[in-house]
Amino acid sequence: MTTMTYADAAKQALTEEMRRDPTIWALGEDLGRGGVFGQYQGMAEEFGPERIADTPISEAAILGAAVGAAMSGTRPVVEMRFADFALCAIDELVNQAAKARYMFGGQTKVPLVVREPMGMWRSSAAQHSQSLESWYTHIPGLVVVCPSTPHDNFGLLKSSIRCDDPVVYMEHKNLWALEGAVPDCDPIPLGVARIARTGQDLTIVSWSSTCHEAMLAAVTLEEEGLEAEVIDLRTLWPWDKRAVLDSVEKTGRLLIAHEAVQVGGFGAEVAATVADRAFSSLRAPIKRIGAPRVPIPYAPPLEDLLRVTPERIAAVARELTR
Amino acid sequence: MVSQKTTNVDIDRLLKHHALMWRIRAFEEAALQAHTEKLVLGAIHPSIGQEAIAAGVCLNLRSDDLLTSTHRGHGHTLAKGADPNQMMRELLGREGGNSHGKGGSMHIADFSVGMLGANGVVGANIHITAGAAHAIKLLKSDRIVCSIFGDGAINRGPFLEGLNWAVVFNLPALFVCEDNGFASTTSTSSVTGGKGAAARAEALGIPSLTVDGNDLISIDEAVRSVISSIRAGNGPRLLVAKTYRLSGHTASDPDTYRLRSEVEKAWESDPITNLGGVLRRAKVDTVILDNHESNARIEMAAVFSDAKAASWPPLSRAFEDVQDIGDPRQEAF
Ligand SMILES: Cc1ncc(C[n+]2csc(CCOP(=O)(O)OP(=O)(O)O)c2C)c(N)n1
Ligand SMILES: [Mg+2]
Repeated sequence: MTTMTYADAAKQALTEEMRRDPTIWALGEDLGRGGVFGQYQGMAEEFGPERIADTPISEAAILGAAVGAAMSGTRPVVEMRFADFALCAIDELVNQAAKARYMFGGQTKVPLVVREPMGMWRSSAAQHSQSLESWYTHIPGLVVVCPSTPHDNFGLLKSSIRCDDPVVYMEHKNLWALEGAVPDCDPIPLGVARIARTGQDLTIVSWSSTCHEAMLAAVTLEEEGLEAEVIDLRTLWPWDKRAVLDSVEKTGRLLIAHEAVQVGGFGAEVAATVADRAFSSLRAPIKRIGAPRVPIPYAPPLEDLLRVTPERIAAVARELTR
Repeated sequence: MVSQKTTNVDIDRLLKHHALMWRIRAFEEAALQAHTEKLVLGAIHPSIGQEAIAAGVCLNLRSDDLLTSTHRGHGHTLAKGADPNQMMRELLGREGGNSHGKGGSMHIADFSVGMLGANGVVGANIHITAGAAHAIKLLKSDRIVCSIFGDGAINRGPFLEGLNWAVVFNLPALFVCEDNGFASTTSTSSVTGGKGAAARAEALGIPSLTVDGNDLISIDEAVRSVISSIRAGNGPRLLVAKTYRLSGHTASDPDTYRLRSEVEKAWESDPITNLGGVLRRAKVDTVILDNHESNARIEMAAVFSDAKAASWPPLSRAFEDVQDIGDPRQEAF
């Protein structure tokens, strides 16, 4: 059993996959010197500049070229640096990568991974902080992954690379340095949630960085005699409906917490599904916690105001169980 | 290169530039200090070593001309006439900042002096410039729009699409490429095909000029002549200013991708020292030149103290200026 940071776990997974399969390559800005967050440190030395490709600042070309390369016998791993910059390549992702397999009647597949580091990262402001995962869940053809632990970042990246469909792989920038156990070398299947903690009294569904806030909230609630079950969805499309429904059938209460803007967030999809499929199990209204519908401000106190904190999660949980 | 017969008029003009360049340098140093003291928590991109471009371009713009900039925009903003107190407060995320502390360094902007914003997205300002120039043309004004961007930005689509747009609509736009040889850790020559920005613009029918961006006099002269042509309705122009970023890419860049000797060598052509040398050779009193430095440091020290003492924006600011209709608070809390 090894302990690794979230960033190193992904690097280890990519390295192992690249050793296994010579058609896998990574491309993006500054990768030759380790990438902006050091997620590729040392990889150019092992794999050379052809497989750890340094690109111009050309997001549309990076992603568009990856689509072509994915349809032509290779498996590209695209680095977008910040999820916000992937918006410069949205045609390539949404109109091309996501559509090719279907509109060409299954003649091709687009096995690529787009790494889009997401989320608030101290004072990065409106164009470097967004959590846009729910957008991608709306696009048929895309797989959407949001790992929250080093182990998941390891195993889910492996599965994403092996996946034959385009995967939007959203690592949270605040988690790069998080350390955790990576007990084995196995891929973790896409679409399977992780029960981060079991409990009888309410279900908290979350993903990415907010899972850690939910776990802290659960500790506080436990001291007050409330047992929260915390589910980390890990994959938003496909998402593990069964795990959530089973849990709600047991607890009768559901709270969904995410960092993204609450309006139109993926929490709405989870809530609607549970209302539809487990209505009779519910003993209280379903609650969601997300950010207010404002861009992320720069000033620390304003930025903090938008955060989904353990305190906010615990407060809503108490309200639900009152 | 440097004209020997520098007249008094020229001297006054150069002194103005010299003083401004020192103010930019001192502002950037104060910003770096603020970062060291953890008063600035996000990324800042200092323009140390590139001050001649900010000064040479912006002092040739009228106060009603417009400017767009990049992530490395402090110098441009100050040179366009923004108040450093407001700017430093913005960098520290305080009330009284240009954008009430909501934008910070990478989104520094002062619309009151025609500075339409730095940008967190490389190359995004090029399209915005084309549009601003388009508006000016529609409004039949004689203002111009200047866009400053880095050598890394020319590999994004907007460099093709925005410049082509400006030429097709014959717009009053000045494009300035600050060619410092790097885009973050990447040497731009390793990711740029052909002969670079000037050749690409020429291919689109935009006359281009390449100057030594560390030589204020060259930039000043080039910008002056190019602007008069643009203002006369002759369409867009591109200026490529060769320079070097003397600081790291950001305040926290370990800068391991450049040889120390290369950076040290580059300090020998520090644009401020260059201009100081010209002025000394023209027999300008050294005290005047030294005062530019000390005054700038005094000014920016006061600016820094003011920003440190300023209060945080009230929390209600978080919900202001999202849009006119729809309460952003409603659903969330
Ligand atoms: C579209 C986009 N891609 C990537 C980035 C990340 N990034 C920020 S600055 C930078 C380098 C820019 O280089 P250049 O244009 O030469 O400007 P310089 O930093 O040298 O002033 C990069 C890649 C970004 N901000 N926007
Ligand atoms: Mg550059």
